[in-house]
Amino acid sequence: MATVSVTNLSKTYPNGAQAVHPATFDIADGELIVLVGPSGCGKSTLLRMVAGLEDISTGDLRIGDRVVNNVDPAERDIAMVFQNYALYPHMTVAKNMGYGLKNRGTSKEQIADKVAEAADMLSLTPLLDRRPSQLSGGQRQRVAMGRAIVRDPALFLFDEPLSNLDAKLRHQMRVEIRKLQRRLKVTAMYVTHDQVEAMTMADRIFVLNAGRIEQIGTPSEIYRTPASTFVASFMGAPPMNLLAGHAQGGTVQIGGVALPMAGADGAVLLGIRPEEVGVSSTGTVPFQLTLIEELGASRLLHGKVAGQDFVVNAPNDDMALSEGLMLDFPDGALHLFDAQTGKRL
Amino acid sequence: MTKLTRNKKPIRLGDIADHAILIIGGLVMLFPVYLALTTTSHDNITLSREGLKFWFGDQMAHNFYNAMFEKGGFSETIDGTSMLINSLILGLGFAAGKIVLSMAAAYAIVYFRLRFATFAFWIIFTTILLPLEVRILPSYEVVTGLGLANSYTGLIVPLLASATGTFFFRQFFLSVPEELVEAARIDGAGPVKFFIDILVPLSRTMIAAIFIIMFVYGWNQYLWPTLITTDEGLFTLVRGIKQITQSIYEGNQIPEYGQAWALAIIAMLPPVLIVIFFQSWFVKGLVESEK
Repeated sequence: MATVSVTNLSKTYPNGAQAVHPATFDIADGELIVLVGPSGCGKSTLLRMVAGLEDISTGDLRIGDRVVNNVDPAERDIAMVFQNYALYPHMTVAKNMGYGLKNRGTSKEQIADKVAEAADMLSLTPLLDRRPSQLSGGQRQRVAMGRAIVRDPALFLFDEPLSNLDAKLRHQMRVEIRKLQRRLKVTAMYVTHDQVEAMTMADRIFVLNAGRIEQIGTPSEIYRTPASTFVASFMGAPPMNLLAGHAQGGTVQIGGVALPMAGADGAVLLGIRPEEVGVSSTGTVPFQLTLIEELGASRLLHGKVAGQDFVVNAPNDDMALSEGLMLDFPDGALHLFDAQTGKRL
Repeated sequence: MTKLTRNKKPIRLGDIADHAILIIGGLVMLFPVYLALTTTSHDNITLSREGLKFWFGDQMAHNFYNAMFEKGGFSETIDGTSMLINSLILGLGFAAGKIVLSMAAAYAIVYFRLRFATFAFWIIFTTILLPLEVRILPSYEVVTGLGLANSYTGLIVPLLASATGTFFFRQFFLSVPEELVEAARIDGAGPVKFFIDILVPLSRTMIAAIFIIMFVYGWNQYLWPTLITTDEGLFTLVRGIKQITQSIYEGNQIPEYGQAWALAIIAMLPPVLIVIFFQSWFVKGLVESEK
C-alpha cells in the first residue's frame, strides 16, 4: 500500500518521438486510477515507466516515499498484469504464482501458504497443478492476478488486462478486479482503451491524448464536465454531439437555430450528449432523421441538425417517428468548447 | 446406402504409379542396409572369395562379437566397443557443445542491447559458407599448435561454432513474447535466472530437434577425426571401419570383411535410434510452438 507521486514525468525515444509529455499527478493510497485513451496516446508507455520496463527521460517517480527512477522493476514493490497474461507456459499455476517469491528467496512453506491463500481468493485452488495451456482465457487472467497478489505489492499495474476476453467474461472480471482491489486496499493503475471499463472501475480517470493528460477527474466529472472536445467525444457511447456554431452576445447560432448560451464570442463547438436530448413536439431544434438503430431499451436516431451529423438516444416507447422531428436541448446539458483549441469555455 | 460410398472412389492409374515410385524408392534406400546385414553373416574367407552376399549365412553373431571385442588395429589395442565410445563422446560432445554455444550466442544477440548485434548475427550467419573443409588447414594448424591433437578437446572444440544452431535459436527467441521477459523482470529474474528458468525450458523441443541434427552430423564426421587423431585409442567408428579394411592394400592377410560390415551396421544404429526416439520432439521443435 502506497501513494504514487509523479512529477514532470516524460518519455522521449532516441529517435526524438515524444511518447509522453511531462505529466504531474498524485495517486492516493488505495486508489484505483484508470489511464484511458486511444491507441498510441502514451498510456501504456506511462504505465511501463512506472513499472520500470521503460526508461524515464525526465521527471521524478515516487512510490511510497522513495524515488524509484533508477530502481529495478523487481525492487519497486509492484506487480503487473499483462494483456496476454504473460504466464510462464512450462510452469504449473502454482509455480507461476510463486516464481516471484522464489526469486526473492522466500521459504518454500511461505510460498505454498501465500499461493494457497491467493488461489482461494480467486477460486483457483482446483487448478493449481495445471499448466496455462490447459486453462481458459478467464482462468489465465485470474492466474495472472494471483501472481500479482502473492507478492503483496504496494502498487498494482494493469495493462489492458481484459482486452483478450469476450464481452461477458470481461464484464465479470471487471467486477472481480474491482472487488479484489477494494478488499486488498491496494493502490492500482489500470490502462485501457475501453471507456466503459474506465467509467465503471475508476476512482479517478486520466484521459490521455497524444502523450498529454487531457483531464483528470472522477468518472462523473469526466462525463459531466469534459475539459475538451477530445474528452467529450472519447468518453461516452455514443459520443457527445458537437455542433459547429457562432457565439455572440449570449446566444449561439447554429445554422438557422439560435440557442441562449453565455460564453465567449466567436467560433464555438456546442456539445450535447445524445442521451440528454429530448424528442418532443415543443422542441425548438429541427432534426432530420435518416437512420434508426434499435438497442432494446432505447434507440439511436441518426440524422442531421442544421446540416451537421447528430445522434439522439431516445427511449424505446414506440413513438411514431417521422423524418422531421423537433428536439429539445435542456439548458443544463449544453457544453461550450472553443472551436480552435477544443478547450471547454 | 452410406456403406456403399466407402468403395466408391475408384483407384486411379496415377495413384498406382505414385505408390509404385514411392515403393521402388523405399526399396532402393533400404537395399544397401539389407545387403550389409546379409553380408555380415558370412565369414571372411567366403566374403573375399565371393564378394557381397544376398542371403544370410551363419556367422552373424561371431562377426559382431569379433567386431566389438577383438582387439585390432596396428597397436592391437582398439576394439569396436572403444570406437563406439569414442564416437558417442564425439557425437554427444559435439551436439551438446553446439547447443550450449549457439544458445548463448542467440541469447546475447536477441536479448541484450549490443552494438552491432544484427551485424554480428549476419557475420555468424555467413560462416555457413565456410564449412570445416574450407578452413581445414588453418584449423589443423591452430589445434596442433595448441597441443590438442590426439585429444577429445581437439576432436570436438574446433567443430562447435554453429551458425545453423545460432540461427534456429535466434528465430525461436524472437518468437518468445516480449511480455514474458517483462513479467520475469518484475518477478525478479535476472539474465541468468531468466535464461535457465524460462528460456531453456521453453526451448526444450527446439533443443531436442537441434540435438538430433547435430548428433547425427557429429557422429558422421570423418575428415576432421581422420586428420586430428592419429592415436588409435581415439578412433571413432566411422573412421575405424576403414582402418580394418585397409589391410587389403597392405598385405598378405585376409581382410576382416565380416567385422567391417558389422561395424558399419553398428555405426548406423545410434543415429537411427536417436531419430526414432526423438522423432516426435523433433517434429514439435521445428513445427509447433507452445506459447
